[in-house]
Amino acid sequence: MDKTLGKVSSVSESLVGANHLDGPVMNGEIAYITIEGGKRLKAEVIEVKEGGKVFLQVFEDTSWVKVGDPIEFTGHPLTVTLGPGILGTVTDGLQNPLYELAKQEWFLERGLVVEPLDTDALWKFTPQVKKGDRVTGGTVLGHVPEKLFQHKIFVPFDLYGEYTIASIADAGEYTITDPIASIVDAEGKTRNLQMAFKWPVKKSMPFHIRSVPSKPLPTGIRILDSLFPIAYGGTACNPGPFGAGKTVLQHSLAKFSQADVVIVAACGERAGEAVEVFKDFPKLEDPRTGHSLMDRTYIVGNTSSMPVAAREASVYIATCVGEYYRKQGLDVLMLADSTSRWAQALRETSGRKEEIPGPEAFPMYISSLISAFYDRAGVEQLPDGSVGSFSIIGTVSPAGGNFDEPVTQATLLSTGCFWGLSRALSDARKYPAIDRLDSSSSYPSLLRREEVNALKALLREGKSIASNILLMGEKGITDETYIQYQKSELVDAVFLQQNSFHEVDGVTSPERLRMMFDMVWNIVDAPVTIKGKTEIRSHFNFLRQAFIDWNMLLPDDAGFENQEHQVLNLIKKGQHA
Amino acid sequence: MLKRTYEHIDSIGRAILSIRAKGVHNKEMAEVIYPNGQKALAQVIALDGEKVTLQLFGGGYGVSTDCKIRFMGKPIEVGFSEEMLGRIYSGTGQPIDGGPELLADMIRVAGPSINPVKRLIPKEMIRTGVPMIDVFNSLVRSQKIPIFAKAGEPYNRLLANIATQTDADIIIIGGVGLKFDEFHYFRDRVEEAGSMNKTIMFVHTHRDSIVEGLLVPDLALAVGEKFALQGKNVFVLLSDMTQWSDYLRQIANAQDQIPANQGYPGDLYSQLANRYEKAADIDGAGSVTILGVTTMDDVTHPVPDNTGYITEGQFFMKDGYLELFGSLSRLKQQVNNRTRSDHRSIMNAMARLFSEAEERVKAKKFGSVKDDYSLRLLKYRETFQRELMDPFRFLELEDALDLCWEVLAHHFKPEEVGLSSKLIQEYWPEDNAFKILKVDTHE
Repeated sequence: MDKTLGKVSSVSESLVGANHLDGPVMNGEIAYITIEGGKRLKAEVIEVKEGGKVFLQVFEDTSWVKVGDPIEFTGHPLTVTLGPGILGTVTDGLQNPLYELAKQEWFLERGLVVEPLDTDALWKFTPQVKKGDRVTGGTVLGHVPEKLFQHKIFVPFDLYGEYTIASIADAGEYTITDPIASIVDAEGKTRNLQMAFKWPVKKSMPFHIRSVPSKPLPTGIRILDSLFPIAYGGTACNPGPFGAGKTVLQHSLAKFSQADVVIVAACGERAGEAVEVFKDFPKLEDPRTGHSLMDRTYIVGNTSSMPVAAREASVYIATCVGEYYRKQGLDVLMLADSTSRWAQALRETSGRKEEIPGPEAFPMYISSLISAFYDRAGVEQLPDGSVGSFSIIGTVSPAGGNFDEPVTQATLLSTGCFWGLSRALSDARKYPAIDRLDSSSSYPSLLRREEVNALKALLREGKSIASNILLMGEKGITDETYIQYQKSELVDAVFLQQNSFHEVDGVTSPERLRMMFDMVWNIVDAPVTIKGKTEIRSHFNFLRQAFIDWNMLLPDDAGFENQEHQVLNLIKKGQHA
Repeated sequence: MLKRTYEHIDSIGRAILSIRAKGVHNKEMAEVIYPNGQKALAQVIALDGEKVTLQLFGGGYGVSTDCKIRFMGKPIEVGFSEEMLGRIYSGTGQPIDGGPELLADMIRVAGPSINPVKRLIPKEMIRTGVPMIDVFNSLVRSQKIPIFAKAGEPYNRLLANIATQTDADIIIIGGVGLKFDEFHYFRDRVEEAGSMNKTIMFVHTHRDSIVEGLLVPDLALAVGEKFALQGKNVFVLLSDMTQWSDYLRQIANAQDQIPANQGYPGDLYSQLANRYEKAADIDGAGSVTILGVTTMDDVTHPVPDNTGYITEGQFFMKDGYLELFGSLSRLKQQVNNRTRSDHRSIMNAMARLFSEAEERVKAKKFGSVKDDYSLRLLKYRETFQRELMDPFRFLELEDALDLCWEVLAHHFKPEEVGLSSKLIQEYWPEDNAFKILKVDTHE
């Protein structure tokens, strides 16, 4: 088939107009603009206008493009390459591996292209089907070992209908471009399959059987696992002003969440933060597997100074990879930081196309795009009986820290957990600075329901007493009320607050969480007979200190039990003053 | 490359012009040639068929329809040479210190960003001698961090202090929308500190066209990045990025772009990020550290708001003090665990108590603060502010940490400060000897 050719007719930053097309054009197809000097700039058709004009968003800097430059349309949409070898890699927003690019240039020069996956690597393939077997899209042809698990090789998911295996490779070592099988359709047409295949990034992979997220996904972060839990296959968002701790929270989640695969989508954020992840993770050990954390991680990044048009692509590429590993029967967690930058990229393009703007100049369709994105998360029961899940945690960066803006609002409607970050809490160094009363979750907790309710009631009571103290002073309330206030403050200080930079306190296992909650509830339940505000405050100061010291120790550490006894003794001391 | 001249000017605005021309490149440089032979620079910013839109470095005033536009067949470039040290340039890269023009290599401006894998994780603390920075929000090599302050605060003094008190190999000052006396101040401070021979200034004052001002950060960063690639540790000072953003808004408005928030273009975030992200510690080379100034009244205003999401923290200046709340160094955790064993913990304890004290300030207005502990918190807050928040009090980090312990011991019992017993044993000042306190309290 002849490729359609056209010419540049207008340029405005990342938006290029084209005309003089000599063939058909598809909305969403990829095109290449050749500029003077021969560099080819990758672009995507985003609108076909009356009169034969087409708008493209260019994934690279458009300097030196001129009117009349030739454009070649490929006929294909933007795709992601799926196959073994994704884990442990770092790519840009178009799936170009960054370490490979760095071998060519120190800077991200235009027009550089590298194969997304290593085409030289050999994978040890074990077939699972034989000649004559009937297969369809999603059937497992065989598997290869990738890092920590067996990577299933599928018949590509977009091959609908029945096929017959005409040939299948013997067990042995192959690259991802070697033919691995050939299949014949009902009309006798043969297709060759390889271990890797391409998938259009904006297309959601169909679920085999979708089920409701119901199992808590332990994150190691106490306030989340107890009060605002996320489930395997669930969605969460953490909006917050800058400086409230979004980044630290995301890094903790990437490190400590109990997922098989973690995908970090650094979308329009600081390059330094992605660097921290991909330079530190290879050195960190995943306590669950004993392997390097990087072995379960894939990082895709279009950081803030990279071309804006590729921001959207980076989010979708990450999402497709997530869906693909869910199809492997794994628990996948994706961290998207930040969906606001993606929305802003859409706003930029929309503005240049002179679309009629919605609230705060965001395009009207922003809310449905956001909802459709989060709906790609979920739990999937696979044909072989195994279950995979894909969970999405999206960061939102609302302008001015104001949650009323369109991106935050659309996100709140689409996600199962709301972790609202508060500047007041981060100023008070109460980390994680997740609002204790306004945040919410629709998933089950690691604690029992009545425990969660009791915890929330205590926190609400504490807040209300605090406002009484503000108005009337400590002398304006009774000792009993003051004790209740101190209990609520203590729960916040020793249980909800967590030092993410401490190697023990930074991550809490579900077992330890249970142990800590029981201890903290011991304190809440125990009557305190001490009289006088100063004496009461002093008692709780000592308790807090002892508890925090206990938090810093592992159950195997010398002194752990000793410290536990100290806390228990202080509780008794308060009862019999 | 052939230079082509066109004379069909269609429209002339305050800062942009459009003309009909063919074969013109996006972002190409051009000259406006006046009937009397005078010339001014311009740059292509949009193309639509034969309509070419240019931004005018000299502004639109005085440009006439019989001016000619000559396209120069090259993108924007800036000279680069060691000889530039000690010199002062305009926003178009012309010397404005009366010195000779230099024959320098020309380098590209606003180039692509460095591949993230060539970045190192920032790990080296830069000691500034400012306690609020060194103790509470440590500055780290290759950090990008602005000072948030109202116009009129002594932010340029702090900027100049930090640049000259530290160990930068090269200082590049990018002045955008400076008042003439501010420009002078920078030059004098650098000269006083004996740093002129390692400094280059790119200066735009209010009299110059806004397009020149827009270019200043790009020129400063292009030259800074080149020095860094040669292994130098470079400090780039950008003051004031709020004015820069306003120029951006003016140009976008002149192009009839749909505004996002408060008239700013939808790409304000990307535009700021493209500049600030030039800060990097480069694997196998030197580093670029960016200290900016963002003047503001309200932190939720689009410029400080977008900046805060881009930079690695901010120093918040108010009434001449560096504030504890509002200031943040996102990279401090990379370095403050390798200074002194008490650094992180005392930093957090001081902040937590300060926050408790802030609540009492509110309560005091209701007349409800009467208990001893609350009163001590309020006294603590005063001492803290007096002893530690002055950005122009020079203290070595270790002295500043000692001072923190003394401030704590002056007001609290050990069990009230929420520090681990181990640290208290090691550092709690035994005899309450106030060696460093500037003024003793009146009690």
